[in-house]
Amino acid sequence: MNEKLLKSAERKEQLLLTALTIPALISVTLIIVIPVGWLFSLSFLGKSGDFSLENYQKMIVYKSYFRVFKTTFNVSFLTTIFCILLGYPLAYFLSQVPKKLVGIFMITVLLPFWTSLLVRTYAWLVLLQKKGMINNFAIDMGIWETPIKLAHNLNGTLVGMIHIMLPFMVLPLYAAMQRIDRQTMQAASNLGASPIQAFWQIFVPLSLPGVAAGSLIVFILCLGFYVTPAVLGGGKVIMVSMQITAILEDQFNWGAASALGVVLLVTTFIFLLLASRFLKLDSIMFGKH
Amino acid sequence: MNWLSKQASDTQITHGQRMWLYFLAAVIMFLLVFPTLIVIPMSFSDSQYLEFPPEKWSIRWYEEYWETPRWINATITSLQVAFFTMLLATPIGTMAAYGLFVSGSKLGRYVFFLLMTPMIIPVILIAIGTFYVFGKVGVVNSIPGLVLAHTVLAVPIVMIIMTSALRTYDLNQELVARSLGASRIRAFFSITLPQIKFSIIISALFAFLTSFDEVIISIFLSGGGNSTLTKQMFNALRDYIDPTIAAISTLMIILSTTLMLGAQYLGKQD
Repeated sequence: MNEKLLKSAERKEQLLLTALTIPALISVTLIIVIPVGWLFSLSFLGKSGDFSLENYQKMIVYKSYFRVFKTTFNVSFLTTIFCILLGYPLAYFLSQVPKKLVGIFMITVLLPFWTSLLVRTYAWLVLLQKKGMINNFAIDMGIWETPIKLAHNLNGTLVGMIHIMLPFMVLPLYAAMQRIDRQTMQAASNLGASPIQAFWQIFVPLSLPGVAAGSLIVFILCLGFYVTPAVLGGGKVIMVSMQITAILEDQFNWGAASALGVVLLVTTFIFLLLASRFLKLDSIMFGKH
Repeated sequence: MNWLSKQASDTQITHGQRMWLYFLAAVIMFLLVFPTLIVIPMSFSDSQYLEFPPEKWSIRWYEEYWETPRWINATITSLQVAFFTMLLATPIGTMAAYGLFVSGSKLGRYVFFLLMTPMIIPVILIAIGTFYVFGKVGVVNSIPGLVLAHTVLAVPIVMIIMTSALRTYDLNQELVARSLGASRIRAFFSITLPQIKFSIIISALFAFLTSFDEVIISIFLSGGGNSTLTKQMFNALRDYIDPTIAAISTLMIILSTTLMLGAQYLGKQD
Protein backbone atom coordinates (compact mmCIF):
# COMPACT_ATOMS: atom_id res chain seq x y z
CA MET A 1 0.00 0.00 0.00
CA ASN A 2 2.73 2.36 1.05
CA GLU A 3 4.76 1.44 -2.00
CA LYS A 4 1.85 2.26 -4.23
CA LEU A 5 1.44 5.63 -2.61
CA LEU A 6 5.12 6.40 -3.01
CA LYS A 7 5.03 5.44 -6.64
CA SER A 8 2.04 7.60 -7.39
CA ALA A 9 3.66 10.48 -5.51
CA GLU A 10 6.77 10.05 -7.59
CA ARG A 11 4.78 10.03 -10.80
CA LYS A 12 2.95 13.14 -9.69
CA GLU A 13 6.23 14.83 -9.03
CA GLN A 14 7.59 13.87 -12.46
CA LEU A 15 4.46 15.33 -14.03
CA LEU A 16 4.83 18.52 -12.04
CA LEU A 17 8.46 18.92 -13.09
CA THR A 18 7.63 18.26 -16.72
CA ALA A 19 4.82 20.80 -16.48
CA LEU A 20 7.45 23.45 -15.79
CA THR A 21 8.59 23.17 -19.40
CA ILE A 22 5.11 23.86 -20.78
CA PRO A 23 5.46 27.64 -21.24
CA ALA A 24 8.75 27.10 -23.10
CA LEU A 25 7.19 24.39 -25.25
CA ILE A 26 4.19 26.57 -26.11
CA SER A 27 6.39 29.45 -27.23
CA VAL A 28 8.63 27.19 -29.31
CA THR A 29 5.52 25.70 -30.92
CA LEU A 30 4.17 29.15 -31.78
CA ILE A 31 7.45 30.57 -33.10
CA ILE A 32 9.28 27.57 -34.54
CA VAL A 33 7.12 24.48 -35.05
CA ILE A 34 4.02 26.06 -36.60
CA PRO A 35 5.77 28.69 -38.78
CA VAL A 36 8.49 26.36 -40.05
CA GLY A 37 5.96 23.58 -40.54
CA TRP A 38 3.82 25.99 -42.52
CA LEU A 39 6.75 26.93 -44.74
CA PHE A 40 7.41 23.24 -45.24
CA SER A 41 3.88 22.68 -46.58
CA LEU A 42 4.02 25.88 -48.66
CA SER A 43 7.14 24.59 -50.38
CA PHE A 44 5.14 21.69 -51.82
CA LEU A 45 2.42 23.89 -53.29
CA GLY A 46 2.69 24.83 -56.96
CA LYS A 47 1.43 27.98 -58.67
CA SER A 48 -2.00 26.36 -59.08
CA GLY A 49 -2.24 25.70 -55.34
CA ASP A 50 -2.04 21.91 -55.65
CA PHE A 51 0.66 19.58 -54.44
CA SER A 52 3.69 19.81 -56.70
CA LEU A 53 7.43 19.56 -56.65
CA GLU A 54 7.94 22.47 -59.04
CA ASN A 55 9.62 24.65 -56.40
CA TYR A 56 12.27 22.00 -55.88
CA GLN A 57 12.60 21.21 -59.59
CA LYS A 58 13.32 24.89 -60.23
CA MET A 59 16.32 24.67 -57.96
CA ILE A 60 17.84 21.97 -60.09
CA VAL A 61 16.97 23.55 -63.44
CA TYR A 62 17.94 27.19 -62.85
CA LYS A 63 21.63 28.02 -62.71
CA SER A 64 21.03 31.00 -60.42
CA TYR A 65 20.09 28.67 -57.53
CA PHE A 66 23.21 26.60 -58.07
CA ARG A 67 25.30 29.77 -57.91
CA VAL A 68 23.71 30.79 -54.61
CA PHE A 69 24.41 27.40 -53.05
CA LYS A 70 27.95 27.43 -54.38
CA THR A 71 28.56 30.89 -52.92
CA THR A 72 27.07 29.86 -49.58
CA PHE A 73 29.26 26.76 -49.29
CA ASN A 74 32.28 28.62 -50.54
CA VAL A 75 31.96 31.47 -48.05
CA SER A 76 31.15 29.11 -45.16
CA PHE A 77 34.06 26.83 -46.00
CA LEU A 78 36.62 29.62 -46.34
CA THR A 79 35.40 31.28 -43.14
CA THR A 80 35.77 27.96 -41.28
CA ILE A 81 39.29 27.39 -42.60
CA PHE A 82 40.46 30.87 -41.60
CA CYS A 83 38.81 30.51 -38.21
CA ILE A 84 40.81 27.31 -37.62
CA LEU A 85 44.04 28.98 -38.72
CA LEU A 86 43.50 31.98 -36.44
CA GLY A 87 41.58 30.24 -33.66
CA TYR A 88 43.94 27.34 -33.03
CA PRO A 89 47.01 29.38 -32.06
CA LEU A 90 44.90 31.68 -29.90
CA ALA A 91 43.13 28.79 -28.12
CA TYR A 92 46.50 27.07 -27.66
CA PHE A 93 47.95 30.24 -26.19
CA LEU A 94 44.99 30.56 -23.80
CA SER A 95 45.37 26.93 -22.72
CA GLN A 96 49.04 27.50 -21.86
CA VAL A 97 48.71 30.78 -19.99
CA PRO A 98 48.63 30.64 -16.15
CA LYS A 99 45.04 30.29 -14.86
CA LYS A 100 45.09 33.73 -13.25
CA LEU A 101 45.74 35.49 -16.56
CA VAL A 102 43.26 33.55 -18.71
CA GLY A 103 40.36 35.74 -17.59
CA ILE A 104 42.05 38.90 -18.82
CA PHE A 105 42.96 37.47 -22.24
CA MET A 106 39.53 35.84 -22.49
CA ILE A 107 37.94 39.30 -22.50
CA THR A 108 39.39 39.85 -25.98
CA VAL A 109 37.33 36.85 -27.13
CA LEU A 110 34.19 37.59 -25.14
CA LEU A 111 33.99 41.32 -25.87
CA PRO A 112 33.45 40.85 -29.62
CA PHE A 113 31.32 37.74 -28.88
CA TRP A 114 28.78 39.88 -27.03
CA THR A 115 29.03 42.96 -29.25
CA SER A 116 26.19 43.34 -31.75
CA LEU A 117 26.88 41.64 -35.05
CA LEU A 118 25.51 44.68 -36.84
CA VAL A 119 27.92 46.99 -35.03
CA ARG A 120 30.90 44.82 -35.96
CA THR A 121 29.79 44.59 -39.57
CA TYR A 122 29.45 48.37 -39.63
CA ALA A 123 32.91 48.76 -38.08
CA TRP A 124 34.42 46.75 -40.94
CA LEU A 125 32.46 48.75 -43.50
CA VAL A 126 33.98 51.93 -42.07
CA LEU A 127 37.50 50.47 -41.89
CA LEU A 128 37.40 49.00 -45.40
CA GLN A 129 35.78 51.91 -47.26
CA LYS A 130 37.73 53.77 -49.97
CA LYS A 131 38.64 56.68 -47.72
CA GLY A 132 38.78 54.37 -44.72
CA MET A 133 41.54 53.75 -42.27
CA ILE A 134 43.07 50.70 -43.93
CA ASN A 135 43.34 52.38 -47.34
CA ASN A 136 44.78 55.53 -45.75
CA PHE A 137 47.28 53.52 -43.74
CA ALA A 138 48.40 51.44 -46.73
CA ILE A 139 48.84 54.55 -48.91
CA ASP A 140 50.79 56.36 -46.19
CA MET A 141 53.06 53.36 -45.79
CA GLY A 142 53.45 53.03 -49.54
CA ILE A 143 51.97 49.54 -49.71
CA TRP A 144 49.63 50.61 -52.50
CA GLU A 145 49.18 53.94 -54.26
CA THR A 146 45.51 54.55 -54.95
CA PRO A 147 42.56 53.56 -52.75
CA ILE A 148 41.49 49.96 -53.33
CA LYS A 149 37.92 48.74 -53.09
CA LEU A 150 38.13 46.54 -50.01
CA ALA A 151 34.45 46.34 -49.02
CA HIS A 152 31.43 45.49 -51.17
CA ASN A 153 32.96 42.26 -52.47
CA LEU A 154 33.80 38.69 -51.44
CA ASN A 155 36.95 39.61 -49.54
CA GLY A 156 35.18 42.20 -47.44
CA THR A 157 32.44 39.70 -46.63
CA LEU A 158 35.01 37.09 -45.61
CA VAL A 159 36.90 39.49 -43.36
CA GLY A 160 33.70 40.44 -41.56
CA MET A 161 32.48 36.87 -41.20
CA ILE A 162 35.81 35.53 -39.96
CA HIS A 163 35.91 38.27 -37.34
CA ILE A 164 32.36 37.46 -36.22
CA MET A 165 32.81 33.67 -36.16
CA LEU A 166 36.27 33.50 -34.56
CA PRO A 167 34.99 33.41 -30.94
CA PHE A 168 32.71 30.49 -31.88
CA MET A 169 35.86 28.60 -32.88
CA VAL A 170 38.07 29.67 -30.00
CA LEU A 171 35.64 28.80 -27.19
CA PRO A 172 35.08 25.08 -28.02
CA LEU A 173 38.75 24.71 -28.98
CA TYR A 174 39.85 26.16 -25.67
CA ALA A 175 37.41 23.90 -23.81
CA ALA A 176 38.78 20.82 -25.62
CA MET A 177 42.39 21.84 -24.95
CA GLN A 178 41.59 22.41 -21.28
CA ARG A 179 40.47 18.80 -21.01
CA ILE A 180 43.74 17.41 -22.36
CA ASP A 181 45.60 15.73 -19.51
CA ARG A 182 48.77 17.72 -18.91
CA GLN A 183 50.58 14.59 -17.82
CA THR A 184 50.47 13.17 -21.33
CA MET A 185 52.70 16.03 -22.46
CA GLN A 186 55.00 15.51 -19.51
CA ALA A 187 55.18 11.81 -20.24
CA ALA A 188 56.04 12.49 -23.88
CA SER A 189 58.76 14.85 -22.77
CA ASN A 190 60.13 12.37 -20.23
CA LEU A 191 60.26 9.70 -22.91
CA GLY A 192 62.48 11.95 -24.97
CA ALA A 193 60.11 13.78 -27.32
CA SER A 194 61.16 17.29 -28.25
CA PRO A 195 58.57 20.01 -27.49
CA ILE A 196 57.68 20.17 -31.19
CA GLN A 197 57.27 16.39 -31.44
CA ALA A 198 55.16 16.32 -28.29
CA PHE A 199 52.98 19.10 -29.68
CA TRP A 200 52.36 17.50 -33.07
CA GLN A 201 52.13 13.89 -31.98
CA ILE A 202 50.29 14.23 -28.67
CA PHE A 203 48.63 17.60 -28.27
CA VAL A 204 47.26 18.16 -31.79
CA PRO A 205 45.64 14.71 -32.15
CA LEU A 206 44.04 15.05 -28.71
CA SER A 207 42.65 18.47 -29.64
CA LEU A 208 41.13 17.32 -32.95
CA PRO A 209 37.64 16.65 -31.52
CA GLY A 210 37.64 20.30 -30.45
CA VAL A 211 38.66 21.36 -33.95
CA ALA A 212 35.85 19.24 -35.41
CA ALA A 213 33.27 20.62 -32.98
CA GLY A 214 34.35 24.23 -33.51
CA SER A 215 34.50 23.86 -37.30
CA LEU A 216 31.03 22.36 -37.50
CA ILE A 217 29.55 25.06 -35.27
CA VAL A 218 31.19 27.79 -37.38
CA PHE A 219 30.20 26.15 -40.67
CA ILE A 220 26.57 25.60 -39.60
CA LEU A 221 26.18 29.17 -38.37
CA CYS A 222 27.80 30.52 -41.57
CA LEU A 223 25.27 28.71 -43.77
CA GLY A 224 22.47 30.90 -42.42
CA PHE A 225 24.34 34.22 -42.53
CA TYR A 226 22.41 37.21 -43.78
CA VAL A 227 23.44 40.60 -42.37
CA THR A 228 27.19 40.56 -42.98
CA PRO A 229 27.15 39.42 -46.64
CA ALA A 230 24.23 41.78 -47.31
CA VAL A 231 26.16 44.78 -45.97
CA LEU A 232 29.77 43.93 -46.85
CA GLY A 233 29.09 41.98 -50.06
CA GLY A 234 27.69 44.92 -51.98
CA GLY A 235 25.24 42.71 -53.88
CA LYS A 236 28.03 40.48 -55.22
CA VAL A 237 27.87 37.82 -52.53
CA ILE A 238 24.38 36.28 -52.53
CA MET A 239 23.93 33.64 -49.85
CA VAL A 240 20.85 31.41 -49.40
CA SER A 241 19.24 33.58 -46.70
CA MET A 242 19.54 36.65 -48.92
CA GLN A 243 18.12 34.79 -51.92
CA ILE A 244 15.10 33.78 -49.81
CA THR A 245 14.44 37.43 -48.96
CA ALA A 246 15.01 38.49 -52.56
CA ILE A 247 12.45 35.98 -53.85
CA LEU A 248 9.90 37.28 -51.36
CA GLU A 249 10.62 40.94 -52.10
CA ASP A 250 10.78 40.70 -55.90
CA GLN A 251 8.33 37.95 -56.77
CA PHE A 252 6.33 37.49 -53.58
CA ASN A 253 6.70 33.77 -54.32
CA TRP A 254 6.20 32.02 -50.97
CA GLY A 255 6.48 28.53 -52.45
CA ALA A 256 9.91 29.13 -53.96
CA ALA A 257 11.20 30.96 -50.88
CA SER A 258 9.95 28.20 -48.58
CA ALA A 259 11.52 25.47 -50.69
CA LEU A 260 14.86 27.24 -50.50
CA GLY A 261 14.39 27.58 -46.75
CA VAL A 262 13.63 23.87 -46.40
CA VAL A 263 16.80 22.96 -48.30
CA LEU A 264 18.81 25.29 -46.05
CA LEU A 265 17.24 23.72 -42.96
CA VAL A 266 17.86 20.15 -44.11
CA THR A 267 21.48 20.98 -44.97
CA THR A 268 21.92 22.52 -41.53
CA PHE A 269 20.51 19.42 -39.83
CA ILE A 270 22.76 17.08 -41.80
CA PHE A 271 25.81 18.95 -40.57
CA LEU A 272 24.33 19.07 -37.09
CA LEU A 273 24.01 15.27 -37.06
CA LEU A 274 27.66 15.10 -38.04
CA ALA A 275 28.47 17.54 -35.26
CA SER A 276 26.60 15.53 -32.65
CA ARG A 277 28.67 12.48 -33.58
CA PHE A 278 31.88 14.43 -33.07
CA LEU A 279 30.63 15.97 -29.86
CA LYS A 280 29.77 12.53 -28.53
CA LEU A 281 33.20 11.33 -29.58
CA ASP A 282 34.51 14.26 -27.62
CA SER A 283 32.82 13.24 -24.38
CA ILE A 284 33.76 9.57 -24.82
CA MET A 285 37.40 10.47 -25.20
CA PHE A 286 37.59 12.82 -22.27
CA GLY A 287 35.06 11.44 -19.85
CA LYS A 288 31.97 13.22 -18.64
CA HIS A 289 32.12 16.96 -18.35
CA MET B 1 66.20 37.58 -19.55
CA ASN B 2 65.66 35.08 -16.78
CA TRP B 3 62.00 34.58 -17.68
CA LEU B 4 62.87 33.89 -21.33
CA SER B 5 64.92 30.82 -20.48
CA LYS B 6 62.41 29.53 -17.95
CA GLN B 7 60.44 26.40 -18.72
CA ALA B 8 57.08 27.43 -20.18
CA SER B 9 55.06 24.22 -20.19
CA ASP B 10 55.09 20.56 -19.29
CA THR B 11 57.53 19.94 -22.11
CA GLN B 12 60.96 21.52 -21.89
CA ILE B 13 60.15 24.46 -24.14
CA THR B 14 61.20 27.87 -22.79
CA HIS B 15 59.37 31.18 -22.94
CA GLY B 16 62.11 32.44 -25.26
CA GLN B 17 61.39 29.68 -27.78
CA ARG B 18 57.72 30.51 -27.50
CA MET B 19 57.93 34.21 -28.28
CA TRP B 20 56.43 33.60 -31.72
CA LEU B 21 53.33 32.08 -30.11
CA TYR B 22 52.90 35.02 -27.77
CA PHE B 23 53.38 37.42 -30.66
CA LEU B 24 50.90 35.57 -32.90
CA ALA B 25 48.30 35.38 -30.11
CA ALA B 26 48.75 39.11 -29.42
CA VAL B 27 48.14 39.93 -33.10
CA ILE B 28 44.98 37.78 -33.21
CA MET B 29 43.64 39.26 -29.98
CA PHE B 30 44.34 42.73 -31.38
CA LEU B 31 42.42 41.87 -34.57
CA LEU B 32 39.50 40.63 -32.47
CA VAL B 33 39.16 43.73 -30.34
CA PHE B 34 40.45 46.55 -32.54
CA PRO B 35 37.67 46.78 -35.18
CA THR B 36 35.02 47.02 -32.47
CA LEU B 37 36.80 49.56 -30.29
CA ILE B 38 38.03 51.81 -33.12
CA VAL B 39 34.42 52.83 -33.77
CA ILE B 40 34.37 54.70 -30.46
CA PRO B 41 36.99 57.41 -31.28
CA MET B 42 35.78 57.51 -34.88
CA SER B 43 32.29 58.44 -33.76
CA PHE B 44 33.74 61.71 -32.42
CA SER B 45 35.15 62.65 -35.83
CA ASP B 46 33.80 65.74 -37.53
CA SER B 47 34.13 64.26 -41.02
CA GLN B 48 31.69 62.27 -43.15
CA TYR B 49 34.36 59.61 -43.65
CA LEU B 50 35.01 59.05 -39.96
CA GLU B 51 38.76 59.20 -40.38
CA PHE B 52 41.08 58.08 -37.63
CA PRO B 53 42.61 59.80 -35.81
CA PRO B 54 39.95 62.51 -36.31
CA GLU B 55 41.31 65.78 -37.64
CA LYS B 56 38.60 67.63 -35.83
CA TRP B 57 36.73 66.22 -32.87
CA SER B 58 33.02 66.84 -32.50
CA ILE B 59 29.83 65.38 -31.10
CA ARG B 60 27.78 66.22 -34.18
CA TRP B 61 26.84 62.59 -34.88
CA TYR B 62 25.53 62.21 -31.33
CA GLU B 63 23.49 65.38 -31.80
CA GLU B 64 22.23 64.03 -35.10
CA TYR B 65 21.12 60.85 -33.36
CA TRP B 66 19.48 62.69 -30.50
CA GLU B 67 17.60 65.09 -32.77
CA THR B 68 16.27 62.55 -35.27
CA PRO B 69 12.89 61.20 -34.10
CA ARG B 70 13.35 58.13 -36.32
CA TRP B 71 16.40 57.03 -34.30
CA ILE B 72 14.95 57.90 -30.92
CA ASN B 73 11.66 56.12 -31.59
CA ALA B 74 13.52 53.04 -32.79
CA THR B 75 15.67 53.08 -29.65
CA ILE B 76 12.58 53.24 -27.45
CA THR B 77 10.98 50.35 -29.36
CA SER B 78 14.14 48.24 -29.04
CA LEU B 79 14.40 48.93 -25.31
CA GLN B 80 10.75 48.02 -24.81
CA VAL B 81 11.01 44.79 -26.80
CA ALA B 82 14.24 43.80 -25.02
CA PHE B 83 12.73 44.56 -21.62
CA PHE B 84 9.61 42.46 -22.17
CA THR B 85 11.68 39.68 -23.74
CA MET B 86 13.80 39.64 -20.60
CA LEU B 87 10.69 39.51 -18.39
CA LEU B 88 9.30 36.55 -20.35
CA ALA B 89 12.42 34.56 -21.26
CA THR B 90 14.01 34.55 -17.80
CA PRO B 91 11.20 32.79 -15.89
CA ILE B 92 10.25 30.56 -18.85
CA GLY B 93 13.85 29.45 -19.36
CA THR B 94 14.57 29.05 -15.66
CA MET B 95 11.44 26.96 -15.11
CA ALA B 96 12.25 24.72 -18.06
CA ALA B 97 15.89 24.31 -17.00
CA TYR B 98 14.87 23.48 -13.43
CA GLY B 99 12.18 21.02 -14.47
CA LEU B 100 14.40 19.18 -16.92
CA PHE B 101 17.41 19.14 -14.62
CA VAL B 102 15.60 17.87 -11.53
CA SER B 103 13.40 15.30 -13.26
CA GLY B 104 16.28 13.94 -15.38
CA SER B 105 13.77 11.87 -17.38
CA LYS B 106 14.57 10.34 -20.74
CA LEU B 107 11.89 12.36 -22.48
CA GLY B 108 13.57 15.41 -21.03
CA ARG B 109 16.53 15.09 -23.38
CA TYR B 110 14.26 15.41 -26.40
CA VAL B 111 12.46 18.36 -24.86
CA PHE B 112 15.82 19.98 -24.15
CA PHE B 113 16.88 19.45 -27.76
CA LEU B 114 13.62 20.90 -29.06
CA LEU B 115 14.02 23.97 -26.87
CA MET B 116 17.61 24.44 -28.13
CA THR B 117 16.62 24.44 -31.83
CA PRO B 118 16.20 28.25 -32.01
CA MET B 119 19.98 28.49 -31.59
CA ILE B 120 20.64 26.33 -34.63
CA ILE B 121 17.81 26.87 -37.12
CA PRO B 122 18.78 29.55 -39.65
CA VAL B 123 17.11 32.68 -38.31
CA ILE B 124 15.78 33.61 -41.74
CA LEU B 125 13.38 30.65 -41.51
CA ILE B 126 12.03 31.81 -38.16
CA ALA B 127 11.76 35.32 -39.59
CA ILE B 128 9.78 34.53 -42.74
CA GLY B 129 7.80 31.74 -41.05
CA THR B 130 6.57 33.98 -38.24
CA PHE B 131 6.05 36.81 -40.73
CA TYR B 132 3.72 34.54 -42.72
CA VAL B 133 1.83 33.14 -39.73
CA PHE B 134 1.60 36.50 -37.91
CA GLY B 135 0.36 38.02 -41.17
CA LYS B 136 -2.53 35.56 -41.17
CA VAL B 137 -3.38 36.37 -37.56
CA GLY B 138 -2.76 40.10 -38.06
CA VAL B 139 -0.01 40.74 -35.48
CA VAL B 140 2.75 41.87 -37.86
CA ASN B 141 4.40 45.18 -36.89
CA SER B 142 3.24 44.74 -33.31
CA ILE B 143 5.47 44.67 -30.27
CA PRO B 144 3.94 41.52 -28.67
CA GLY B 145 4.68 39.40 -31.74
CA LEU B 146 8.30 40.50 -31.82
CA VAL B 147 8.67 39.97 -28.07
CA LEU B 148 7.40 36.41 -28.38
CA ALA B 149 9.83 35.63 -31.23
CA HIS B 150 12.77 37.12 -29.32
CA THR B 151 11.74 35.20 -26.22
CA VAL B 152 12.11 31.93 -28.10
CA LEU B 153 15.63 33.00 -29.16
CA ALA B 154 16.56 33.95 -25.60
CA VAL B 155 15.13 30.91 -23.77
CA PRO B 156 17.95 28.53 -24.84
CA ILE B 157 20.56 30.99 -23.55
CA VAL B 158 18.75 31.31 -20.21
CA MET B 159 18.47 27.51 -20.05
CA ILE B 160 22.19 26.98 -20.68
CA ILE B 161 23.18 29.46 -17.98
CA MET B 162 20.65 28.09 -15.48
CA THR B 163 21.49 24.43 -16.16
CA SER B 164 25.16 25.05 -15.47
CA ALA B 165 24.20 26.99 -12.33
CA LEU B 166 22.06 24.09 -11.10
CA ARG B 167 24.90 21.70 -11.79
CA THR B 168 27.14 23.42 -9.26
CA TYR B 169 24.32 23.72 -6.72
CA ASP B 170 23.61 20.90 -4.28
CA LEU B 171 19.95 19.93 -4.76
CA ASN B 172 20.00 17.86 -1.57
CA GLN B 173 19.49 21.08 0.36
CA GLU B 174 16.04 21.26 -1.13
CA LEU B 175 15.37 17.67 -0.06
CA VAL B 176 16.38 18.53 3.48
CA ALA B 177 13.98 21.47 3.53
CA ARG B 178 11.20 19.25 2.25
CA SER B 179 11.90 16.48 4.72
CA LEU B 180 11.53 19.14 7.40
CA GLY B 181 8.06 19.86 6.10
CA ALA B 182 8.46 22.59 3.50
CA SER B 183 6.47 22.22 0.28
CA ARG B 184 8.35 21.83 -2.98
CA ILE B 185 7.51 25.38 -4.02
CA ARG B 186 8.45 26.82 -0.64
CA ALA B 187 11.72 24.85 -0.68
CA PHE B 188 12.56 26.27 -4.10
CA PHE B 189 11.80 29.86 -3.22
CA SER B 190 13.43 29.94 0.19
CA ILE B 191 16.39 27.58 -0.32
CA THR B 192 17.28 27.23 -4.01
CA LEU B 193 16.35 30.63 -5.40
CA PRO B 194 18.56 32.72 -3.08
CA GLN B 195 21.54 30.60 -4.08
CA ILE B 196 21.06 30.83 -7.83
CA LYS B 197 19.81 34.41 -7.92
CA PHE B 198 22.97 35.80 -9.52
CA SER B 199 22.75 33.29 -12.35
CA ILE B 200 19.13 34.36 -12.86
CA ILE B 201 20.19 38.00 -13.11
CA ILE B 202 22.98 37.04 -15.54
CA SER B 203 20.58 35.13 -17.77
CA ALA B 204 18.18 38.09 -17.65
CA LEU B 205 20.97 40.40 -18.86
CA PHE B 206 21.81 38.05 -21.72
CA ALA B 207 18.13 37.69 -22.65
CA PHE B 208 17.91 41.49 -22.83
CA LEU B 209 21.00 41.74 -25.00
CA THR B 210 19.87 38.91 -27.29
CA SER B 211 16.69 40.80 -28.10
CA PHE B 212 18.29 44.24 -28.30
CA ASP B 213 20.93 43.09 -30.84
CA GLU B 214 18.67 40.86 -32.95
CA VAL B 215 18.43 41.96 -36.60
CA ILE B 216 16.79 39.50 -39.00
CA ILE B 217 13.50 38.77 -37.22
CA SER B 218 13.21 42.48 -36.42
CA ILE B 219 13.56 43.33 -40.12
CA PHE B 220 10.52 41.18 -40.90
CA LEU B 221 8.34 41.57 -37.81
CA SER B 222 8.82 45.21 -36.94
CA GLY B 223 7.87 48.12 -39.13
CA GLY B 224 6.28 51.52 -39.38
CA GLY B 225 6.30 53.28 -36.03
CA ASN B 226 7.44 50.08 -34.33
CA SER B 227 10.73 49.60 -36.21
CA THR B 228 13.56 48.50 -33.97
CA LEU B 229 16.94 50.20 -33.80
CA THR B 230 18.68 47.31 -35.57
CA LYS B 231 16.15 47.42 -38.41
CA GLN B 232 16.70 51.15 -38.91
CA MET B 233 20.48 50.67 -38.76
CA PHE B 234 20.40 47.83 -41.28
CA ASN B 235 18.30 49.87 -43.71
CA ALA B 236 20.62 52.86 -43.34
CA LEU B 237 23.72 50.68 -43.90
CA ARG B 238 22.48 49.40 -47.21
CA ASP B 239 22.24 52.88 -48.70
CA TYR B 240 25.44 54.64 -47.62
CA ILE B 241 27.76 54.84 -44.65
CA ASP B 242 25.80 57.07 -42.31
CA PRO B 243 28.22 58.41 -39.67
CA THR B 244 25.33 58.68 -37.19
CA ILE B 245 25.53 54.89 -36.95
CA ALA B 246 29.04 55.23 -35.50
CA ALA B 247 27.55 57.18 -32.61
CA ILE B 248 24.75 54.61 -32.17
CA SER B 249 27.29 51.78 -32.41
CA THR B 250 29.35 53.37 -29.66
CA LEU B 251 26.30 53.53 -27.41
CA MET B 252 25.52 49.88 -28.19
CA ILE B 253 29.11 48.83 -27.44
CA ILE B 254 28.92 50.64 -24.11
CA LEU B 255 25.61 48.90 -23.35
CA SER B 256 26.82 45.39 -24.18
CA THR B 257 30.18 45.85 -22.47
CA THR B 258 28.51 47.12 -19.30
CA LEU B 259 26.07 44.21 -19.27
CA MET B 260 28.85 41.69 -19.97
CA LEU B 261 31.16 43.03 -17.28
CA GLY B 262 28.22 43.17 -14.89
CA ALA B 263 27.46 39.53 -15.66
CA GLN B 264 31.09 38.57 -15.17
CA TYR B 265 31.17 40.34 -11.81
CA LEU B 266 27.94 38.65 -10.71
CA GLY B 267 29.26 35.30 -11.90
CA LYS B 268 31.97 35.51 -9.28
CA GLN B 269 29.39 36.13 -6.54
CA ASP B 270 27.36 32.96 -6.97
